[in-house]
Amino acid sequence: MPFPYWITGVPFSWYLILSAVLFALGVAGFLFRRNIITVFMSIELMLNAVNLSFVAFSYKLGKNDGHIFSFFVMVVAAAEAAVGLAIILTVFKNRQTLEIDEVSSLKN
Amino acid sequence: MPYIVLSLIKLLIVVLILMHALAYLQWVERKVIAHVQLRVGPRRVGPHGLLQPLADVIKLVTKEGLIPSHVNTPFYFLAPFLAVLFALIPMCLIPYGGDINVFGIHTTMQVTDVSIGVLLVLGLSGLGVYGVALAGWASNNKYALMGGLRSSAQMISYELPMALAIAAPLLMLNTLSFRHMVDAQTGFYFGFIPKWSIFQGPFPQIFSFILFSIAGFAETNRVPFDLPEAENELVAGFHTEYSSMTFAAFFMAEYANMMTVSFVATLLFLGGWQPLWPVQYGSSLLAPLIFGATALICFSHAVRPARPFDRITLPVFGVIFLGLAGLFLIPAGQQILMPLFWFLGKAGIILFIFIWVRATLPRFRYDQLMSFAWTFMFPAALINLFITGFLVAVS
Amino acid sequence: MDAVLFLVFAAIAVVCAINLVLQTHPIASALSLIGVMGSLAFVYLQLGGEFIAAAQLVVYAGAIMVLFVFVIMLLNEGKERKVKMKLWGRWAGAPLLACFLALMAFIVQRVLPPQESVRFGAFTGGDAQSIGTRLFTAYLLPFEVTSVLILIAIVGAIVLARKEID
Repeated sequence: MPFPYWITGVPFSWYLILSAVLFALGVAGFLFRRNIITVFMSIELMLNAVNLSFVAFSYKLGKNDGHIFSFFVMVVAAAEAAVGLAIILTVFKNRQTLEIDEVSSLKN
Repeated sequence: MPYIVLSLIKLLIVVLILMHALAYLQWVERKVIAHVQLRVGPRRVGPHGLLQPLADVIKLVTKEGLIPSHVNTPFYFLAPFLAVLFALIPMCLIPYGGDINVFGIHTTMQVTDVSIGVLLVLGLSGLGVYGVALAGWASNNKYALMGGLRSSAQMISYELPMALAIAAPLLMLNTLSFRHMVDAQTGFYFGFIPKWSIFQGPFPQIFSFILFSIAGFAETNRVPFDLPEAENELVAGFHTEYSSMTFAAFFMAEYANMMTVSFVATLLFLGGWQPLWPVQYGSSLLAPLIFGATALICFSHAVRPARPFDRITLPVFGVIFLGLAGLFLIPAGQQILMPLFWFLGKAGIILFIFIWVRATLPRFRYDQLMSFAWTFMFPAALINLFITGFLVAVS
Repeated sequence: MDAVLFLVFAAIAVVCAINLVLQTHPIASALSLIGVMGSLAFVYLQLGGEFIAAAQLVVYAGAIMVLFVFVIMLLNEGKERKVKMKLWGRWAGAPLLACFLALMAFIVQRVLPPQESVRFGAFTGGDAQSIGTRLFTAYLLPFEVTSVLILIAIVGAIVLARKEID
């Protein structure tokens, strides 16, 4: 019986599948949660899944450009988190709630 | 020997020695602070209070663990776990000495040498914020929450000058791995000045060392930056609602953080296990000299003892110190013991300064503390980094 | 050995992600997200990305998530109010997602041959020195632009979150 090939290494497609699963869970959280901070955290989960894809493909192609792009994604996510949380604080100050359904004051 | 068995043995040694060192660091602190304040400190449990840590451990373990009914129980127990976890992991990344050859096995005195060691230690000290913040929040207590948030804000504010103060010697040492960092500090200028970071051209890193030490005081919540957890402020801060073993966990985490900061400062700035003057001028005789002098002091005090039981205990200590001095003279053990002596000696001096400062200085008010970080430390660290970078690029 | 480590950390990541979506209290979601980021850091280590793993721990798990945890603790809103989804949403949502993911996994498996496996240590370009060299030579312009971006973000956050002095 041939030794299972995946004992000494991990098939490359598994990394992409993990990235897809995390991304799908991020989208599910984004669409179904009603607390604005949890929605924001689902966005961060999606960004992490994409980072994993970048690093995996960087391994496949043998260059480290994927690592550098992943680094830039992290930096931009940091900037976005800072501004996004400041916006959330302002929304909370004005509407006194964190549920996204109650923030809108449009009729119907 | 297979790599995993060797790593497990090293891990076992580190864990055993570390647990004892944490307990006895507390004894050293109490004795030093006591003598600074012209009193004696623990002296009843065992000779000179040496069994006091054991008594403390027994007390903390057998004390009733009060869990208030209004706390958020899963996070209440997760917080000290996280604090201790992120405080103890850096102990595995730090090299305690150079290459050794024991029973034919050629290895190093480090559990694992990661090529990004400094970054990982920085990251783990940043993750240590969670233990404090969660503890304050899970206690469901206004004062604990305020203490926890203040302490976390202080820790993340001082991470920035600490990272910049670390970046400056890294420009000169050109590596992130701890072992290579110490190897870059071998050698002597003019034959007798060691090439440690604080003496190395083109820019001796003395200012970085001072900035890193101050940031280290703030990161580990030690005096003069210990407002969030002092007993007479804010009802003991974030660990108000914790008792017995969980409280012991937070204090173990604090002492472990203190030791990590001292070890990293020794490796980055003081040359790790490199000796102060070259071996051919006799630097290997420093350790036997120090222990022999201590033994002589013990014997001379035993002749006219201050306390009656000292007639027995001081000669015993004198004999023990003579034995240690003799141990350093054996050439077979010298390759393990001398680097360890230099490393622990330097780290011990920094820890002594930590304890000395605690006995001496008053504490900062919280807004003074935060403005000190943002208006003095951060620009100072930036200017230091610019000057270092400029001088390294020019030379 | 590689496969076992990958499976363990991938399982932790997926469990923490599911926990993020299902938990009602934002603090529990935040801690689950930190768990995802930590396990992803280990997965990056296996792919040879040491610098990215350290950056993930320092930047993402150590700074961005601290910001999230701070905001959640300051606002202190508590659990979300539970709202029932429509009937078909509740019963068909998760199974449909699982089917879609299974289909994607099958297609990916077919396209990429399984013989090319990822071995720990096969990629050596991920250490700090090579990334630093690339960052300051080939990617210098994006580096400078992101530094300006961070400055804009700092100014924006300060302006948005300060107290109004009337």
